[in-house]
Amino acid sequence: MCIELMLNAANLAFVTFSRIHGNLAGQVTSFFTMVVAACEVVVGLAIIVAIYRSRRSASVDDASLLKR
Amino acid sequence: MDSFAIEVGQTLAPEATLFWILAPLAVVAALGMLFVKKAVHSALLLAWVMVTLAIFYIAQDALFLGIVQIIVYTGAVMMLFLFILMLVGVDSSDSLVENIRGQRPLAITAAIGLSGLLVSLIARANLGVEAVGLRGANSEGNVQGIARELFTNYVWAFEVVSALLITAAVGAMVLAHSNPAKSRTAQRDQSIARFRGTSLATAAGLPSSGVYALHNAVDVPALLPDGSPAPSSISATLEARGDMLSSKPFELEVKKEEED
Repeated sequence: MCIELMLNAANLAFVTFSRIHGNLAGQVTSFFTMVVAACEVVVGLAIIVAIYRSRRSASVDDASLLKR
Repeated sequence: MDSFAIEVGQTLAPEATLFWILAPLAVVAALGMLFVKKAVHSALLLAWVMVTLAIFYIAQDALFLGIVQIIVYTGAVMMLFLFILMLVGVDSSDSLVENIRGQRPLAITAAIGLSGLLVSLIARANLGVEAVGLRGANSEGNVQGIARELFTNYVWAFEVVSALLITAAVGAMVLAHSNPAKSRTAQRDQSIARFRGTSLATAAGLPSSGVYALHNAVDVPALLPDGSPAPSSISATLEARGDMLSSKPFELEVKKEEED
């Protein structure tokens, strides 16, 4: 969720500076950022669901347990 | 074409009012998202931030992006977060004990360094530039302008991102897939089981609701052909609460016909 906040902050910066420069490139970049962020949320949450199913706990900090 | 943005140059009163009312609220919501105890409150505060950002986008002549922000981010991404929160359990919490040694000071240093770098770069590119505004770029409309950019200058990125979307969807399906708890019986096994049951009722199947009675609600049991209530139609919860009704008042009356 904090990643989403950071990505939204970057999007806001892109849109604002696109308005300053009079160029739509900032908005197009913001659009791509939104798409990538949505994909990332989907995959991340699918990983959380898979971890939760196998381990019945949502703490991903334990995922380093494979390491000795 | 529609434009909700005011001309640039100096921030005029309407836009300043919008900004100074909504922006502190958005910052408070974002800080609340970090410090609130319950995960669902956190997700809802993030949705508030995203809606505020959509308002800002629309106020800055990014109409397409504002609507996409509401539909994709607030509508899809936040709902996905909330679903997963509900699935995983709203009370489950991470332990706050840090596993990696020295991560906090390193993270703070890196954050300060990166923010300094970004601020200086963005300032060099943007301070002193005449604000142009998007009236020219949006002359055919914001959606048409973005489409023109997207399909000429950014078409390769567009194709790659669509491949990314497909990969993400397939990946999520693979990750969230689970094998069913018991394997489904085939038709032949189901048919054998039906005829080896204790009574012919399993072979013939129960009559559909309302065949022997006039009521088909869940609190009235269905009747078997001999008039007794079918055990499989009695809801266990309602039976335990004593809410099951008798089917007597709802039975069909058979009219006795005089034989001629």
